[in-house]
Amino acid sequence: MRAAVVVFPGSNCDADARHVLTEVAGIATDFVWHTQTELRGYDAIVLPGGFSHGDYLRTGAVAARAPVMASVREAAGRGVPVLGICNGFQVLLEAGLLPGAMLHNAGIDFRCEWVHLRVDRTDTAFTNACTEGDVLRMPIAHGEGNYFAPPELLVRLEDEGRIVFRYCDPDGVVAPDANPNGSMAGIAGICNESRNVIGLMPHPERASEADLGSADGRVFWASLLAMVTA
Amino acid sequence: MSTRAFRVRIDVRLDSNVNDPQGNAVLGGLRSLGHHNVQGVRIGKIVELSLEAADVDEARARAEQMCQELLVNPVIETVEISVAEEV
Repeated sequence: MRAAVVVFPGSNCDADARHVLTEVAGIATDFVWHTQTELRGYDAIVLPGGFSHGDYLRTGAVAARAPVMASVREAAGRGVPVLGICNGFQVLLEAGLLPGAMLHNAGIDFRCEWVHLRVDRTDTAFTNACTEGDVLRMPIAHGEGNYFAPPELLVRLEDEGRIVFRYCDPDGVVAPDANPNGSMAGIAGICNESRNVIGLMPHPERASEADLGSADGRVFWASLLAMVTA
Repeated sequence: MSTRAFRVRIDVRLDSNVNDPQGNAVLGGLRSLGHHNVQGVRIGKIVELSLEAADVDEARARAEQMCQELLVNPVIETVEISVAEEV
């Protein structure tokens, strides 16, 4: 098994993602520069966090049009697991690989803190090792994580079970107080129709080693391994 | 075929049914300065292009294509394009 971490100008969690994939999950992982167009041979693709292209125009907008993204789209169509973390999620939204859009956090401020996520779906490439209702503790660090979907899209996401993670309190209760950015329906992460493309604002790669405060993110890599090696 | 120089102004606004946290923050700032008559603030952006095209219609068509491809996110934004020939 081999994974790719796509690197855009301004990505800054690329090394963290590669470290965790190689050292924690034991998956051979390459960096792939955004101008590259060859992604065949990779069993998983991670779009890392950061501030690609300075967040100019809209977060993720310029990166979403990079040459590599045609190959990400093609791989996603073949069923390859694709994970977008934070800015990577924003890139997936801008690329149209996931629906909806990001707005500035409702409170306007940059939120850098630990949050809790409730796992609502375990039938995805990165949550199949979870139990529904699991509460994961992970950090967030973003200024634009306020997920927006037009009303009809929000209904569709709910109906199709594509809301994978919601912000919650430590007991798993989804409540406005636990929502750090004003996201609709407390949405922290969603998936595509085929459930192999997942985007979320919190950082599982920063919560995969107990020394860093939480190892809850490991379930992402366990899920990925279970799916790819199944 | 000779081309002419155009200045294209693209006004991008958040859709009216999308909450604008930036506008709300500025509204708070204006009110704290005593401007209590301000009822709302919406913040957008302007993209200006210097563009070579055969005529106004082509300049506008190109700008519309650029809006579709990158400059505007139709999920949350609306756009208004105006084209003027450079003098």
